[in-house]
Amino acid sequence: MQSHPPYLSVALLSASALAYEILLMRLFTIIQWHHFAYMVIGLALLGYGISGTLVSIFKRQLLNNFARIYISCLLAFAVASVMGYLLAQTIPFNAEEILWDPHQVVYLGLMFLLLTIPFVLAATAICLTFIQFSPKVPRIYAADLLGAGVGSLLILLLLYWLFPHWLLIIIGIGGMTAAVLAAFELNFSSKNKTIVVGVFLITFLIMLGPFIELKISPYKALTQTMRIDGTEIIDEKSSPLGYLSFVNSDKVPFRHAPGLSVNAKYEPLRQIGIFTDGDNMSVITQYPDSLDKLQYLDQMTSAAPYHLRQLNQILIIGAGGGADILQAKYHHISKISAVEINPQIVNEMNERYAKFSGQLYQQPDVAVHVGEARSFLSGKHAQYDLIQIALLDAFNASSSGLYALSESYLYTVEAMKLYLNHLAPDGFLAITRWIKLPPRDSLKLAATLITALEQNGATSPGQQIALIRSWQTSTLIVKNGHFTEHELLALQNFCTDRAFDIAYTATITPEQINQFNILSEPLFNTAITAMLGQHDDHFLDHYKFNLQPATDDRPYFHHFFKWGSFGEIFRLRQQGGMALIEWGYMVLIATLCISVLLSILLIVSPLWIYRRTRIAGTVNIRRAAVFYYFLAIGLAFLFIEIAFIQKFTLFLHHPITTIAVVLTAFLVFAGLGSLSSGRWLRRFNSRLIVNVAVTGITFLCLGYMFLLGPFFQALAASIVPLKVVIVVLLIAPLAFCMGIPFPAGLNTLNKYADQYVPWAWGINGCASVISAALATLLAIHFGFTTVILIAVLLYLTLLIVHPGFAFSQQHQ
Amino acid sequence: MPAELSRRKTNASRHRSLVLVLCCLLSGPLLADAYRSARQALMEVIEDDVRATSHYLGQDNLDARVLAALASVPRHEFVPAELRSLAYENRPLPIGHGQTISQPYIVAIMTDLVRVEPHSRVLEVGTGSGYQAAILAELVNEVYSIEIIKPLATAAANRLQRLHYQNVKTRQGDGYYGWEQYAPFDAIVVTAAANHIPPPLIEQLKVGGHMIIPVGSRFMAQELLLVTKEQSGKITTRQILPVRFVPLTGQH
Repeated sequence: MQSHPPYLSVALLSASALAYEILLMRLFTIIQWHHFAYMVIGLALLGYGISGTLVSIFKRQLLNNFARIYISCLLAFAVASVMGYLLAQTIPFNAEEILWDPHQVVYLGLMFLLLTIPFVLAATAICLTFIQFSPKVPRIYAADLLGAGVGSLLILLLLYWLFPHWLLIIIGIGGMTAAVLAAFELNFSSKNKTIVVGVFLITFLIMLGPFIELKISPYKALTQTMRIDGTEIIDEKSSPLGYLSFVNSDKVPFRHAPGLSVNAKYEPLRQIGIFTDGDNMSVITQYPDSLDKLQYLDQMTSAAPYHLRQLNQILIIGAGGGADILQAKYHHISKISAVEINPQIVNEMNERYAKFSGQLYQQPDVAVHVGEARSFLSGKHAQYDLIQIALLDAFNASSSGLYALSESYLYTVEAMKLYLNHLAPDGFLAITRWIKLPPRDSLKLAATLITALEQNGATSPGQQIALIRSWQTSTLIVKNGHFTEHELLALQNFCTDRAFDIAYTATITPEQINQFNILSEPLFNTAITAMLGQHDDHFLDHYKFNLQPATDDRPYFHHFFKWGSFGEIFRLRQQGGMALIEWGYMVLIATLCISVLLSILLIVSPLWIYRRTRIAGTVNIRRAAVFYYFLAIGLAFLFIEIAFIQKFTLFLHHPITTIAVVLTAFLVFAGLGSLSSGRWLRRFNSRLIVNVAVTGITFLCLGYMFLLGPFFQALAASIVPLKVVIVVLLIAPLAFCMGIPFPAGLNTLNKYADQYVPWAWGINGCASVISAALATLLAIHFGFTTVILIAVLLYLTLLIVHPGFAFSQQHQ
Repeated sequence: MPAELSRRKTNASRHRSLVLVLCCLLSGPLLADAYRSARQALMEVIEDDVRATSHYLGQDNLDARVLAALASVPRHEFVPAELRSLAYENRPLPIGHGQTISQPYIVAIMTDLVRVEPHSRVLEVGTGSGYQAAILAELVNEVYSIEIIKPLATAAANRLQRLHYQNVKTRQGDGYYGWEQYAPFDAIVVTAAANHIPPPLIEQLKVGGHMIIPVGSRFMAQELLLVTKEQSGKITTRQILPVRFVPLTGQH
């Protein structure tokens, strides 16, 4: 009989499982689209819930031969994680056909099944360890959390170094190694056999490596492009920010010039395409021998600010392959600054494509900074004549609402205020978006800017705004000051020459607004006029899409869904209305509903088993208390983790740095909390320890809610490493407390009714899946602050419903 | 949707299913008859949808000739064999190579919007399965169609020839520059998504002519863009939402 739990093995398994989850998200975003990746992987995590049910039902059989079963689960996890993905990517699922073709739902279900298996195996192994070594639960849980913390950090770092499909092999090797480690830790009788099987499978995986290829959906832009004769992928780069494919097309030029005027006579210059995650094309343009050849770049709505007055110093947000920098060069801007978040694009521009792009990023009048835009501006006092935010996302993804779930801090009221504060006197902020019908982005942006201007003290924001549009793009221009007559005339001429319409200026007349791109109703003008009027809420209330400005607390710019319109749109889906459905939001709701339904099934079924196999002499515990306790901590833990990722994003800015730091810190310090709780649980009552932890969580959360804002503002200009240290120090005490209730609860169960341990584990697993979707839904509607408040309330209820409370009452 | 309309649709769909089951059992002339009935049922669905969308289309009915063209082109010949049973469903279908055959309702509206006459010369950019070209060929004397993906171009050319669409001239290649040799055109139908309207196509459009471009993804047309070269030479565009939907509550 083994005396020590396999801590190292649990930690490595947990690291591999969490890394696998993050990796799957990346892989499915590349081969499919982000929103369905979110759904499939979110649901696959129900594997944790399934494991609880399985262990509840087959507990005796599984524990009879613990070491063998544990090691088999790990070996099977290693194989299933690699094979599960490889099989899942061969399923011909097409997200776009889901409402046309019922088979797609079956395909989706199959993918879910394939991807759930590895999580079931990993979670079963951990759950069995909890029961086999019940007195060591806090230490095992600590190993689980510490492993997960290290796993999340490692995978995010590795994603910078290796292609995501190669990393699958690393996950497999992680699982195998955990199995071999377990053979040693558990003094397994067939140690040698395990080593042989482990080494054999590792060798097999390594040999399989070179044959693993990404099967990208045939409907993604990259696959479509590669069908054209003469196209070739000349370079690939990968990081957590995206999988970049650089494509050369010899015979059929890319001619990427979205929003080009119908009056344009010039063809775009030779280009190299950059596809991010197999879609979302941008380009690197060959530097011309004469800037005049860039004239086509002056035929877009985004060129308007250059025609209003002489600009000297400008800032471009989202430099990409340099199209907007070239546009500025065409207009002879003397000082061009640009920010690009993806260092790999900047490196490629400076190295491999330096010659092709005319060393654009190294020219004396151009300065390209790698970083996130708000972070770049927060630390600076510079003022610009123009801040230009170009088209940052692809039309198709944008038009079908795929980004609805993605937070974006570039388009919030607070972001707009930051941009406005960095405009020189009479400077412009210009933001270009795709046009959607009925209008959404452009109007929400206008609403956001009007709010920002009003909060900045503008008395007549209408005098500071102009919106122009082509059939494809709109550019919203905001001036730091009122537009002059001369500027408005220049804008009018710019638009007339290019067949663009002015949708709004303070002086525009109804006859002037609908001349070139004729809409059945002049909605752009009507909406902005209404927003600027006395009864601005009236229009927003009656519009069938949500145009409420996004804020840092509710950073969902791409969310336009209104429940009031859903029925009507859904009925029209086959009569041309399919594209009106906001897919991101629908996927979120579907994920939430399916996970709740499956969870009920998973949580209820063990209860049925218990009824039949009640063991004489066990305490007749209040199941409701156990259920509630583990549900509440499952929900609340992730609520806080997710909400604080958002809070700290506003300080660290870079999305990947923030996720890596926050996720790792939360898991590691929660692990340490669990570890310490083991010692205390031997000396103190479990309820007392939980009460202290809950009090700590409450004070810290409420304190952070009020103090973080001003604190971050004061430290906004600090260097990134210092910011990371501050964030870690802030998370440490909170996460430490959050790591206590789970092992404390299991400890109580182990004492009084250990048959409920797997059930509690399953409930916690299901709650985590529901929590992730629910947190996003709550944040969309009520903001992240509310998510934190609800989490605090959930934790506070533990003061009353600790499972130990039920037992102690019965004992009395 | 009015109850009556919905009932008619259900009936039509039931009717179609019945016909398609019969298709499996029968062969030869009977099979052709079955397809014809299914096509007719589809026509009813399209007409209902168009009536419902009249607000945006600016008209209550489609041109009778367009409907007649849709009623006569055998759509089942243009879809992969394994999807034939779905050929007369009012939905887009995949045809391989990441391409689709459009929803018949969208094909009907696009064809109607370019306002062709029998003597019109029409250019199509993006042959795909050849279905849109066949519909146009029923309406005008000369159709020119370009497809960039080689296997699709070859298959469509063979199919159109087999179905005796002698008035369609096809070629494989890059559609960006149109087909200079046969320009100018009375109408241009661009079936593939474009990141901008190619200037050469605008150049090759006759004064008074129309160009239509679906905007959106392959399975979900978001809107239709109608480009018109007016007598003055001015280019105007109209964006048409192919659905009965007004964005403000309280409007109909």
